[in-house]
Amino acid sequence: MIKAVLVINTQGKPRLTKFYDILVLIDPIAYENFLPFSSQRRQTVEKQQELLRSVFGVLCSRADNVSNFVEADSIFGPDSRLVYKHYATLYFAIVFDSSENELAMLDLIQVFVETLDKCFRNVSELDMVFNYSKLHNILDGIIFGGQVMETSSAEIIRAVEEISKLEAASNSISLVPKTVSGWRSR
Amino acid sequence: MEQLKTIGRELAMGSQGGFGQSKEFLDLVKSIGEARSKAEEDRIVLREIESLKRRIVEPGIPKRKMKEYIIRLVYVEMLGHDASFGYIHAVKMTHDDNLVLKRTGYLAVTLFLNEDHDLIILIVNTIQKDLKSDNYLIVCAALNAVCKLINEETIPAVLPQVVELLGHSKEAVRKKAIMALHRFYHKSSSSVSHLLSNFRKKLCDSDPGVMGATLCPLFDLITNDANSYKDLVVSFVSILKQVAEHRLPKAYDYHQLPAPFIQIRLLKILALLGSGDKQASEHMYTVVGDIFRKCDSSSNIGNAVLYECICCVSSIHPNPKLLEAAADVIARFLKSDSHNLKYMGIDALGRLIKLSPEIAEQHQLAVIDCLEVRLLPLSAHDTNHFVGNNAQCWCMTQDPDDTLKRKTFELLYKMTKSSNVEVIVDRMIDYMISINDNHYKTEIASRCVELAEQFAPSNHWFIQTMNKVFEHAGDLVNIKVAHNLMRLIAEGFGEDDDTADSQLRSSAVESYLHIIGEPKLPSVFLQVICWVLGEYGTADGKFSASYITGKLCDVAESYSSDETVKAYAVTALMKIYAFEIAAGRKLDILPENSVIWHMEDLYFGKSHFLLLQCQSLIEELSASHSTDLQQRAYELQAVIGLDVRAIGSIMPSDASCEDIEVDKSLSFLNDYVEKSLEKGAQPYIPENERFGMVNISNFRNQDQLEVTSHSLRFEAYELPKPSVQSRTPPISVASSTELVPVPEPSYYRETPQTASVPSSSDTGPSGLKLRLDGVQKKWGKPTYSSSSASTSNSSSLKVVNGVTQVDGVSSGNSKTHETSYDSRRPQVEISEEKQKLAASLFGGSSKTERRSSTGHKVAKASSHASEKLHTSKSTAIYSAGNAVEKPNLVQPPPDLLDLGEPIVASSAPSEDPFRQLEGLLDTTQDPGTFGGTKAPDFMALYAETPASSHGAGVAHPLSLNREVDNLIPGLSNVSSNTVHGGTTVTNPSQISKGPNVKEALEKDALVRQMGVTPSGQNPNLFKDLFG
Repeated sequence: MIKAVLVINTQGKPRLTKFYDILVLIDPIAYENFLPFSSQRRQTVEKQQELLRSVFGVLCSRADNVSNFVEADSIFGPDSRLVYKHYATLYFAIVFDSSENELAMLDLIQVFVETLDKCFRNVSELDMVFNYSKLHNILDGIIFGGQVMETSSAEIIRAVEEISKLEAASNSISLVPKTVSGWRSR
Repeated sequence: MEQLKTIGRELAMGSQGGFGQSKEFLDLVKSIGEARSKAEEDRIVLREIESLKRRIVEPGIPKRKMKEYIIRLVYVEMLGHDASFGYIHAVKMTHDDNLVLKRTGYLAVTLFLNEDHDLIILIVNTIQKDLKSDNYLIVCAALNAVCKLINEETIPAVLPQVVELLGHSKEAVRKKAIMALHRFYHKSSSSVSHLLSNFRKKLCDSDPGVMGATLCPLFDLITNDANSYKDLVVSFVSILKQVAEHRLPKAYDYHQLPAPFIQIRLLKILALLGSGDKQASEHMYTVVGDIFRKCDSSSNIGNAVLYECICCVSSIHPNPKLLEAAADVIARFLKSDSHNLKYMGIDALGRLIKLSPEIAEQHQLAVIDCLEVRLLPLSAHDTNHFVGNNAQCWCMTQDPDDTLKRKTFELLYKMTKSSNVEVIVDRMIDYMISINDNHYKTEIASRCVELAEQFAPSNHWFIQTMNKVFEHAGDLVNIKVAHNLMRLIAEGFGEDDDTADSQLRSSAVESYLHIIGEPKLPSVFLQVICWVLGEYGTADGKFSASYITGKLCDVAESYSSDETVKAYAVTALMKIYAFEIAAGRKLDILPENSVIWHMEDLYFGKSHFLLLQCQSLIEELSASHSTDLQQRAYELQAVIGLDVRAIGSIMPSDASCEDIEVDKSLSFLNDYVEKSLEKGAQPYIPENERFGMVNISNFRNQDQLEVTSHSLRFEAYELPKPSVQSRTPPISVASSTELVPVPEPSYYRETPQTASVPSSSDTGPSGLKLRLDGVQKKWGKPTYSSSSASTSNSSSLKVVNGVTQVDGVSSGNSKTHETSYDSRRPQVEISEEKQKLAASLFGGSSKTERRSSTGHKVAKASSHASEKLHTSKSTAIYSAGNAVEKPNLVQPPPDLLDLGEPIVASSAPSEDPFRQLEGLLDTTQDPGTFGGTKAPDFMALYAETPASSHGAGVAHPLSLNREVDNLIPGLSNVSSNTVHGGTTVTNPSQISKGPNVKEALEKDALVRQMGVTPSGQNPNLFKDLFG
C-alpha cells in the first residue's frame, strides 16, 4: 500500500503531506509505552517534520540523472521505498511498500501532476498553496485509503469538477440561508 | 520578485477559482515564502497561530470565514506547528449541513486526527449519518474519513452502512466502500472476517473500476492465505486476458496501455497463487506470454507491467519459454540508459537468479555483449559465468546513484559464491566504509560477515575481512557476530586440521597485535581482540607474554571508560599469566611475591615496566566501582598465586571449546530447576524465608521472600510445638538458624525426639555469633553486591556446616541440638538416604555453580571466602559463611528452590527424583565433591579439631557412593584443611597459596576453561559460542 504522498518544494517547504499509514508517523516508543495521546500526537507532528526533513535531505542530494527510486527503510521503517519526481520547484514523492511497483508509482506521480496541470492550467507551486482543498480532492480521487483508485486524469477531473460544481451550488445556496439567518438573529 | 509575480498571478487565479482567500491568507503565504530563515518563518507562523487562536473563538464568525480559518490551521500544521486548539472546530465543521463546509471539515479532520484521537467519538455519529446521505459526494467524504479515522473499536458502528454502500448505484461509491472494507480488514481482520466473501462477489461488478478496486483487498487476502483462493485462478486469468486484449472501455487506457494498474495487480495476485503450484501456473503461461509480447516497452508504465511479468514468472512454477522472455526483458532493462530501468533490471535479475541460475547464465552472454567495453578489465580476472553480472555490477557500483548501488550490492550478495566472494566482499567493504548511513552500513556489514563466514577462501583472508568490518562498523554489528568470530577462531573451520586452525589463530593474533595500536577501535572489536590475545596470544610462541600483556594493559588503559573491554582485557591477562605459569615460566605481578618478581627482573629486564603497568592496572581495577571488574582483578591475583598444577587445571590452554557438554548440562539443569519449581520445590522456600527472617542484616530480602514462603513456613513450624518455644529468644534463633538451615525437613520428621533434647549452653555460642554478625556485615558487603552466583558454594557450605557442626559440637541452643540429633540419625540408620541427600545437595550446589559459570562469578565467592579465611580469626570463618549466605537471600526464588529441591526429595521416601538428579549430575560430580569437602573445612575451623572427623564422615559417604576416585581427594582435602584451619588463625598472611584457595579455584576450573565469559549480564554468550 501507499504510505504517504509528499510534495515538497525545492527549499524544503512542504506543500502537501498526506499520510495513509499512521504507523509511519507515530513514534514507536510513545506508542508502545501507551503514552497519553497528546504526547503521541506531539510526537507525530514532530515526527512528520523530521520525516519531511530527511526526505528533503535525500531528495536534494540526488543528482539529476540518477534513478527516481530511494530505499527509505531508514526513514519510514522496514519495507519502505520512495519514488520521487522533480517538477520545476517541486518534488513529488510517494512512499510505499513492496506490494506496489516502483515504475507504476512513478506513473502515478505523473497522473497526479497531469491532473493538476489540467485543473490549474499550467500548475505552479502557488496553485497548490492556495487551492489546498482542491488539491486534496484531486489526490483523494487518485489514492484512496492507501490504494490506487483511479489513474485516468480525465476521470479524476470529472469527479473533481463535479464536486466543485456542487460546492459552488451549495455555496450560493448557503449564502441565502446564512444571510437570512443572520438577518433573523439580528 | 518572481515570487511576487506568481502571487499576482495567483490573486487572479484565486478569484477565478471562486474560493476567494482573504488578503490575510495571501499575506501569510507571501511572508512565509519570503522568510529568510527558519526562525523567521517560525515567528510568522506563531503570530498566525496566535491570531487564529483569538479569532476562531469569536462568536458569530461567518461560515465562509470559518472555513478559511480551518484551512489556515491545516496549513500551519503542515508547516510543523501545533494547531490542536483548532481540532474541535474542524470536528464541529463536519456537522455542518453545507456541503462545502462539511467537506472542508472532513478534510481537516482527516489531516488533523488519527484513529486514536479522543475527538473521534464526536465524529462517529456524523459519519454514520453521512454514510446514509443522498448526496454521493457527502457519502464519499464520509468514506474518506472512515478510512482514516475509524479504529478497531468504532468499526462496528459504521460497518453496516459501509456494507450497504457496496450496492450503491454510483460506482465511485462502491469503489470507496470496498476500499473502506479493505481498510477495516487491515485494522482488524476479525471484525470483517464474515464479510470477506463480498470481495469475491464484487470481483464480478459490472464496473471495471470496482473490479480493479476489489483486487487490492484480494491481494492482501491471498498474501495471507493463497490456498483458499486457488479457485479464482481461472477468473483472474480470464480477467487479465480481457484487460490485455483491450476489452475494457477506452477510459481505462493509460498511455495507450489497457488498464496497466489493474494488470499489475492481477500479475501480482497470479504470482502469489501460482507460487509452488504447477497446475495453477499452467493456466497463466499463455496470458503472461501474451503480455510479454504485446507490452509496449517504450513507455514507463509498459515497463512496469513487464517488470511485474518477470516477477510473476520467477514466482510461479517455471516455464522455460517465459523465463527466456523474462531474460530478454531483463537484458533490455539492463541495456537501457535509464537508471530506473537498470534498477528494475537488477532487481528482476536477482529474482530470476534465485529461481534458475542456468537461465540467467545463458542470458549472461547478452548482457556481456552489450557491456563488452566496460567488461574487459574484469573479465580476465574472473572467468566464471557470472562474470557478466559482476562486471556489469561493478560498473554500477561505481555509479553515483546510491539506490542503484544498493540494489546492485543486493544482487551481488545473492550471487556470491566461493569463487567470487573475495571481490564482492572487498567491494562491499569499500562501499561500507564510504557511506555514512548507519542503517545501511549495519546491513551491509552483516552481509559481509555472512558471506565471509560462508565462503571464505582462506583463513588469512577471513581474518583480514573481519578486521576491516569490525574496524569500520564494529559498533554497528550485532554482538553475536563478534561471538561468532571468537568461536570460529577457537574452533577453526570445522576440518580436523589442527595446523590450519593454529595458523588461523596465529594470523589472527598477528593482525590483532598490528591493529591494536590504532586509535578509537570499536568496543566489540576490542573485545574480540582481547579474547583472542588472551587465549592464543602466546600459543605459538612467537610473541612473548610480556609483550602481549603490555598490549592488553594499553588497551585497558586507553579505553578506560569501557568496562566490558577492560573486563575482557583483565581476563585475557589472567589467561596469559596462567599459561605462563603452567608452562613453567615465572611471571608474577603481585608485590607479595617480590622474590619472584626480582628474578623476573633478571630474566627479562624490560618487563619491569610492564609488570608495574599491569600491577597498577590490577590495583586500580580491584578498587573499581564495577564489581565485575573488581572480581576479575581479585581472581587474577588469586590465580597468579597458585602453583603450576592448580593453574594447569584451572586454565588449560586452548580449552575454550571443550566445555560444551558441561554447558549443555547446565541448560538442562535449568529446565530441571524450572520443572521442580512447578512440581514441589516449595518446601525450600521456608528455609530461605527463615534465613531472611533471622538474618538480621538482611531485612531487604524479607519482603521478597515473604510472599512465596508464608504458607510454607506455616507448614514447617506447626508440628514441632515444643521447639518453637525454645526458639523464642530472637538472637539465638537468628544465629542458630543461620548455621543450621538445611536440616529443617528432617527436623520436621523427627519431632518426638527433638522435644526431649535439652536446650543448653545457649548464651555462649549466640554471643559469639552476635559478634560475627557484625563481622559479616563488613565482609558480606562485597559478596552480597557482587554476585548472586556465589549461592552455590554458600548453600552447600551451609548445609554441611549445619550437619557437621551439630555432629561435632554440642554447643548451641536447643534448635541446634534438634537438628544435630536428627541429622545424625539418618546418617547412622539410613546412610544410603543420607548419601543421596548429600549427593543431591552437592549436586545442587554443583548445578548452580554451573549456571553461575555463565556469569563467571563463582570464583569470586570462593576467593572471598578464602580471603576471609586467611585474614580473619577463627570467628571470622563464620562470617565468611554468613557472607556467602547473604547472596543466597538476594537470589530470586528459583535459585533458592533449585538448591532446595533435591534435599526435599531426599527426605521423601520416593527415590525417583534422585535417580534423575544423579543422571543429571554425572558430569558435574567433581565440583560437588569439592563443595562437600570444603564445607567441613569451615566447620573444622569453627570446632577447632573434633569436628574434622565428622566433617570427613559427611564427605565420606558422599564420595564413597559416587566415585571411589573422589573419596581420596575428598578425605585428604578435609584433613589438610583442618590442619590448615589450625594454622590460619595464627598466620593468616601466608595462606594465600594454601590449598583452600586452590580448592576454591579448582572448583571453577571448568568454568575458567571457558575463559571468555565477559560479564554476568551476558548469559547468551555461551549460547552464541557453543549453541
